[in-house]
Amino acid sequence: MSASDLSAPAAGSPGARVRAVHDRFHGDLLEVSMGPHHPSTHGVFRMIVTLDGETIVKLKPVFGYLHRNHEKLGENVTYLGSMPYTDRLDYLSAMTNNWAYALAVEKLAGQAVPERAEYVRVILAELTRLLNHTCLAGFLMQDCGCSGTPLMYAFREREYILDLFESLSGSRMMCNYQRFGGCRVDPSADWLAGAQTLTDRYGAFLDEFETLLTGNEIVMARTQGVGKLSPALAISAGVTGPMLRACGVNYDLRKVDAYGVYPRFDFRVPLGDHGDVYDRYMIRVLEMRESIKILQQALAGLPGGPIMDPKAKLRSFRPKAGEAYGRIEGPKGEIGFYLLSDGSPNPSRYRIRPPSFINLTILEDMCLGHTVADAVIILGSVDIVLGEVDR
Amino acid sequence: MTSADAFLERLPLVARDLVTSWLPEPWRWLVNSLISIAVILSVFGLLFAYVTLAERKILGRIQNRPGPNRTPIPFINLRFFGLAQPFADGIKALTKEDLVPRGADHRLHFLAPVVLLAFSILTFAVLPYGRHLVPVELNAGVLYFFAAGAATELAVFMAGWASRNKYSLLAAMRALAQLISYELPLLLAWVPVVLVAGSLSTTEIVAAQAGWKFNLIPHWHVFTPWGAAGFLIFMVAALAESNRSPFDLPEAESELIAGHLTEYSGFKYALFFMAEYFGMIALSGMAITLFLGGWHAPSPYLEFIPSYVWFGAKLVVLLLGFIWIRATFPRLRMDQLTRFAWKFLVPLALINLANAAFWSLSFPWAGPLQLLRWLISALVVVGPFVLLGRKLSVGVAPRVYRYAT
Repeated sequence: MSASDLSAPAAGSPGARVRAVHDRFHGDLLEVSMGPHHPSTHGVFRMIVTLDGETIVKLKPVFGYLHRNHEKLGENVTYLGSMPYTDRLDYLSAMTNNWAYALAVEKLAGQAVPERAEYVRVILAELTRLLNHTCLAGFLMQDCGCSGTPLMYAFREREYILDLFESLSGSRMMCNYQRFGGCRVDPSADWLAGAQTLTDRYGAFLDEFETLLTGNEIVMARTQGVGKLSPALAISAGVTGPMLRACGVNYDLRKVDAYGVYPRFDFRVPLGDHGDVYDRYMIRVLEMRESIKILQQALAGLPGGPIMDPKAKLRSFRPKAGEAYGRIEGPKGEIGFYLLSDGSPNPSRYRIRPPSFINLTILEDMCLGHTVADAVIILGSVDIVLGEVDR
Repeated sequence: MTSADAFLERLPLVARDLVTSWLPEPWRWLVNSLISIAVILSVFGLLFAYVTLAERKILGRIQNRPGPNRTPIPFINLRFFGLAQPFADGIKALTKEDLVPRGADHRLHFLAPVVLLAFSILTFAVLPYGRHLVPVELNAGVLYFFAAGAATELAVFMAGWASRNKYSLLAAMRALAQLISYELPLLLAWVPVVLVAGSLSTTEIVAAQAGWKFNLIPHWHVFTPWGAAGFLIFMVAALAESNRSPFDLPEAESELIAGHLTEYSGFKYALFFMAEYFGMIALSGMAITLFLGGWHAPSPYLEFIPSYVWFGAKLVVLLLGFIWIRATFPRLRMDQLTRFAWKFLVPLALINLANAAFWSLSFPWAGPLQLLRWLISALVVVGPFVLLGRKLSVGVAPRVYRYAT
């Protein structure tokens, strides 16, 4: 290591263009590589930040450390064979990944889904939303510097939801539950009772969680006005999900596409006005409250009948040539699968629209001018899972 | 028999004299001092060990988990609430490899934890632990305490600079900024005590807080308006001085990995840890001395309990407060931290100084005038607190959210 390692970038290099004044008085810029091993980069994400004091003048996101060739793999296995791989994309929300993929294949094959399965899908998707948003709030507060308390409370609730997933699908996180034309197993009466208990209790947990955090002076001071995102930039960057709604853009696929049985449920879409970290946190909390409402209605109105379409074909499944794009409102945003079929057992082209990857692209725009401490919570508020970003 | 020469009260002195009585007179003071040092090191060493355990267990309980509870006592294999955990941690720290980065300044890198620990131990010298237990009688004890305490931040800066790690460097800058910002309110918080007690000696400050009003309310400084304000300012600044959450910016685990500790491992890391807790214990001890009546019992009917037990009990309560705060609050940002110090704590501490001056001038007021004295003093504290606090949180408020139609 030589003395020049800590000095400013040479004139003409990307770092130098950000700050016009670079003289003896203003001192040097410091380039820090945050990640891929760093406590708050949510996995193996890496940010190369250029600092003026502690202020960020340049931020370059680097990812791909967890690249697993997911999309190419999808073209080399059967349609059903891809289903367990979708669990590993956003490993916090396997159920919604499964659903989005199943929806794409069902569109491709023109497969109908029985009503009971649609209801079960909604129940599982909303449980996943609760799970994801709870974890995110916990992680965000961890990034703010809490010594683990909100995270541990969030993880307690997460375990209850994961217990439900485990007893239904056999696996806590890698559920592999949805099928083309329905769901793999029928939830028992016991399971539904468990889901009902959880739903009834969850509001009380949210109250407890919010009592500690929402009105906390330090939380507000840390998150309000930090990492502002304008609606125009958010739309042009293709940002979706709670991040987009925190900017005040009314775009929720559950309302826009009205897929599944969502039109039958009464729920509202909360919108933020500032587009900062606090709004992103609050929108998620409010969305969880709406999810509880949907869960109550879905559990109350769950019809009987088969869970799988009896005509559905799983083995030797060959949809006729064509293309389809299936998308749903995942917890992180629009998760979509694009499939191109040439009539063979494998898709000839398999492509994912990963919400957290696309939401991450505007990281630098949000971070410039803020400090290192802010960059960490801005990244936390984007809600990324590297399994999905790197695929 | 007065409580001052009760047997339990004199027990530590009796024990010491038993050891040193056979020595020739000229040697006695030396051995006496050595015994004091050994006792301080071992008592506070053990306290440190069990405060870390208590912190982990309490933090665990607050967070729905049991905390460390599985470390058995060697050979007998009893778990006993994990009471052997600190020793297991110590052995682990001792046997770990001591890594020094290639680019580091080896001498400074080695010196930083040593200097830090040395200065934080020095502060223990002037605290009055009991009626007869003052290791060193200095007539400027309070000044000495804060001079030694301020030097610890220098060691943090040394550690950050010598590691040649960018995170450590950022942490070092933060540590310096924090030192400059919080040293001032810390000092201004105790100046009123000196003003009212009329002495810089810790023993005399404790003596000034003796007695009870109506045999009920102790004459501790914390039970006066200026004392309560001073105590709160002191504790907030003490949190920042000892790098504890929510002011743990130099360490800032979620931002700077481990800050100035990033490049430290093994026993050097343990030394940092130890010094941090020593600093916390010493500052709590000083807060007790200055505001909480030192070793005085809270009620005349409880005086039969020896004074050093009262000191220990108050110390434990304050340390539990530190732990509770750590479990509850998120961390501030650097600019918010300095703004909080300069725009809130320093003005408040200055006003409080004037308030204490008024309090000591109005000492002869009697009868209904005394009520007026309390009222004026309380207003002088609460008014600026509300006004400054409102200014501090401008633009920060809970929000109301709309729903899409």
